[in-house]
Amino acid sequence: MKYLIIILSTILVNNVIFSQFLGICPFLGTSKKTSTALGMGAAVIFVLTLATLVTWLVNQYILIPLGLDKFLQTIAFILIIAALVQMVEIILKKISPSLYTALGVFLPLITTNCAVLGVSLTVVTKEFNYGGVAHMLSLGESVVYAVGIALGFALALVLFAGIREHVDLMEAPKGMKGTPIALIIAGILAMAFMGFTGVV
Amino acid sequence: MSNNLQTFTKGLVKENPILVLLLGCCPTLATTTSAINGMSMGLATTFVLIMSNLVISLLKGFIPDKVRIPCFIVVIASFVTIVQLVMQAYVPDIYETLGLFIPLIVVNCIVLGRAEAFASKNPVFPSILDGAGMGLGFTFALTILGCIRELLGSGSMFGFRILPETANILLFILPPGAFICLGFLIAIVNQFRKESH
Amino acid sequence: MAKKPSTLINMVVALLVITAVSGGLLGLVYGMTKDTIAEVDLKKNQAAIEAVLKTDTPIDRIEETVVDDLTYNLAYDAQGNLLGAAVKTYSNAGFSGRIELMVGLLVDGTINAVSVLSQSETPGLGANMVNPKFKDQFNGKNPASYNLSVKKDGGDVDAITAATISSRAFTGAVKMACDSFEANKSKFMKGGQQ
Repeated sequence: MKYLIIILSTILVNNVIFSQFLGICPFLGTSKKTSTALGMGAAVIFVLTLATLVTWLVNQYILIPLGLDKFLQTIAFILIIAALVQMVEIILKKISPSLYTALGVFLPLITTNCAVLGVSLTVVTKEFNYGGVAHMLSLGESVVYAVGIALGFALALVLFAGIREHVDLMEAPKGMKGTPIALIIAGILAMAFMGFTGVV
Repeated sequence: MSNNLQTFTKGLVKENPILVLLLGCCPTLATTTSAINGMSMGLATTFVLIMSNLVISLLKGFIPDKVRIPCFIVVIASFVTIVQLVMQAYVPDIYETLGLFIPLIVVNCIVLGRAEAFASKNPVFPSILDGAGMGLGFTFALTILGCIRELLGSGSMFGFRILPETANILLFILPPGAFICLGFLIAIVNQFRKESH
Repeated sequence: MAKKPSTLINMVVALLVITAVSGGLLGLVYGMTKDTIAEVDLKKNQAAIEAVLKTDTPIDRIEETVVDDLTYNLAYDAQGNLLGAAVKTYSNAGFSGRIELMVGLLVDGTINAVSVLSQSETPGLGANMVNPKFKDQFNGKNPASYNLSVKKDGGDVDAITAATISSRAFTGAVKMACDSFEANKSKFMKGGQQ
């Protein structure tokens, strides 16, 4: 039940794109085609979950005991994420070439996806309220939170790409073509997602 | 001299990071709920841009090519953390409002983009100018967007009330308003650019 | 300026030196700003305590204690009688993130004043909780006769327009402070004699 609440609230209520504004660059950049959007979505689910797992452990067992979490957190996390992405790329290439061809091109882009750094920085400071008792997110909850965020990202991306494919066929005013009309569609989608406010 | 001037001004208008190049959208959408917030975010990013461009330009002979990206990221992240600590100490209210988006300057594509495209290839002085120009262009776009959203959404500008409270359109403060406002702003810029070509 | 070739030694040296220098620099800056950051927090807390405990009776001393996960700042007069308490309370039920309030309570349980310590609600909506129009409606109300929940839920509190969630969270935090104070009051009165 607890995990279900985290998943629902991260996918629908606090959607990473439409209400937290994280990961907008890949959201606009890789949403021209549904197939690309699916690939990017899958890659983000993979990396975000892994990155949150590792950064949570590093923060809890290395940074906090050494008293470094106040000022080395950002540097440590971004380096871990960059290294992790590189490693995933190498390992994937070796053990599963088919998966690598599907996700490979998106992996380097993920280092600068601010959703990854954003989520790993959020989960180590976030307090979670369940049954009236607030506590810091445990490792399990953090990972579920990351999975929820990533699923929310993938959902938003695929929905958006589906709409964009159709909009590209329509006549838009000259200045509105391309990004502006895409942003306005995103705005309308964000309005739709606001309907979930208060559900969880 | 005219070359230096061009380095500085291109970021303001012709290659404005947000309105033309569409880089760094996350803080643009998230922190422009008011003009002050937008401007603070812009200035924090400008500081990081100038400093990281300066240092990276100085270090360009020392950093081997293959590890340049990790090195750049460390330099950028250091300045971001400095900004974070200083803001926490001296402007705690603004720090609290901008929250997560201060550490996220690290992954703002503009900063790494300028380090890679300009500072790693050019001498120190032009690099500083490039950082300042890009940073101020970013600040300018954020402030404009913040002004529009604050005026339409809360009827004020920089905290001064201009429209009566009954004329507020709440939507513009909320996330959908951010997307829609930026969309129209870019559309207007596009229209002008196409006419001038 | 010629680039250094990408040999293993060069790469390791470059990365190590840069990381070490940044780490050292950050440690330095952290050391310089640490005290100011702590001071800012302390001052804010102190100002909030003073603001919500302001009454005609002069306060002799303030004692800090933690009960029920809430921080109490108990105010006593010169004779050691309990005058009231500034209770630091919170809610995680806001629209975005934690809301922290300082609630000033008089000895009979009446709310003296409320002050917002930190919140990150939407500007123009939930963030309006810092406005006197909303937060001052609690002043002088006694939870015994005043139903601490928003009108939509059958209570007496006027919610902020279009921000019921934030108003609910705010009211919940105030109620938590009132209930906890009511339950622990007798303990504090005795504790005052040192």
